Amino acid sequence: MLRLDDLHAQYGAIVALRGVSLEVNEGELVALVGVNGAGKTTLLSTVAGVMRPRRGDIVFEGEPIAGLTPETVVRKGIALVPEDREIFSDLTVEENLRLGAYIRRGRGEYGADIDRMCELFPILRERFRQDAGTLSGGEQQQLAIARALMSHPRLLMLDEPSLGLAPKIVDQVFALIEQLHRDGMTILLVEQNVTRSLAIADRAYLLNMGTVQASGTPADLRQDVDMESIYLGGGD
Amino acid sequence: MGDFTYLLISGLSLGSLYALMALGLVIVYGILRLVNFAYGEYIMVAGYTLFLLSPSPLPWLVMAVVAAVMAAVMSYLTERIAFRPVREKSLTAMLITSFAVSTLLQNAALLFVSPRARVVPTPGIFSETVIIAGNVTPVREILAIVVSVALLIGFSILLRKTILGIALRAAADKFTMTRMLGVPANLVISAAFVISGLLAGIVAIFWLGRTGSVTPGIGLTPLLVAFVSTVIGGMRSLSGAVVGGYVLAFVTIIFNNLLPGDLYEFREAFIFTIVILILLFRPEGLVRGRG
Repeated sequence: MLRLDDLHAQYGAIVALRGVSLEVNEGELVALVGVNGAGKTTLLSTVAGVMRPRRGDIVFEGEPIAGLTPETVVRKGIALVPEDREIFSDLTVEENLRLGAYIRRGRGEYGADIDRMCELFPILRERFRQDAGTLSGGEQQQLAIARALMSHPRLLMLDEPSLGLAPKIVDQVFALIEQLHRDGMTILLVEQNVTRSLAIADRAYLLNMGTVQASGTPADLRQDVDMESIYLGGGD
Repeated sequence: MGDFTYLLISGLSLGSLYALMALGLVIVYGILRLVNFAYGEYIMVAGYTLFLLSPSPLPWLVMAVVAAVMAAVMSYLTERIAFRPVREKSLTAMLITSFAVSTLLQNAALLFVSPRARVVPTPGIFSETVIIAGNVTPVREILAIVVSVALLIGFSILLRKTILGIALRAAADKFTMTRMLGVPANLVISAAFVISGLLAGIVAIFWLGRTGSVTPGIGLTPLLVAFVSTVIGGMRSLSGAVVGGYVLAFVTIIFNNLLPGDLYEFREAFIFTIVILILLFRPEGLVRGRG
């Protein structure tokens, strides 16, 4: 479904991706792990069209999408829930969701979509007319995911969805990701919480210094000794 | 009591114009972080449109509408031709571009019209007066208040109820995220410039109606007023711009009317002293935007 081929990208003078190739198949949950600065966020930003690749291909459903603008990429069916969630804090919860459905205007499914989101995230119904800035961190994360889902993406990219959340809320977020995956959503997940993300992923890639250092099933990656010492020790 | 009513109406009238001007400046600033120094020239464009239309048999109201629309068109064109090509480069490039556009438009007026003031048509009602609480009050001032308040209400409905308005508010907060949801960058930016130009054009009708004439440099004062209002009110919020406009107008009106004769010359020094005091205590402006 999504294929990156020899992708290079840089932030000003800092080279962030040095020839990354990876693949996400339809219906898969793929985890992308690695230390801070490994290039995980850059990778998602480049796919989403926020950053331009310097070299290499991004192919989504057979169509090259490298270098497209963010507003075009979302129309192709890719939604990104960025790190820090990027909630519009002085818009209401409803207005945030309404913008999430921006590319689906005129389809007449808005009401049904809102109902579906409120079923998936009951807290959003309670907070519907409140400013999003008044929500707690966990609630904002739910809103960010719901907002992304409003565009009916075929690929959902999540950047550190558990970052800064209380342990109980982290459980909820992971349960939700699993549920979305079970319902058939294709997901590319970047997580600092390696243990938890490997536990729910079908496959995983280990990114280091802007390149893919290892890839395979979670079991394959767990056997990597470096991995154990670097990540699994302090994963939680 | 009579004095108070007089000050109140003058302040509200001037403040309404200041508020609209500030709003026009801040709506573009909110999204692009650009203080558009060509903003005053949209007022000039509206003025010269009125001047050029004055020999025509059109009713005044039609001329005024055309003039305001021309200001919006000019604002849109400057975005398309001047700002869009440098938008990706840097903020400084855009700022310099705005000075260039401003100079260019002013010089075009000098060259093609005249450096001297030109008379713009004003409707009869602008020179009529009514007596309110014993004071002779120009109907123009009442009209300015009514039109501005109606515009502010209409504008706030646009921002809250339409998808474009919600997108504009979102873009002012987090532009890239707004684009990631599918809102085209060019659409929100163009919309912001059109609204900005339209506000300048409507202000121009009343602003020029005070003196009844237009000069190439007419835009400077409104630009300064709008800029100072946004600084007082807070650059990050639309409501701040409105509050800043009214505050600046009331401070101005109070000093204009209450300063004794020999201090009157220094009224601008007094006005800016108040501005500095406000900023000392509220450096982010009176209305704090979110980070």
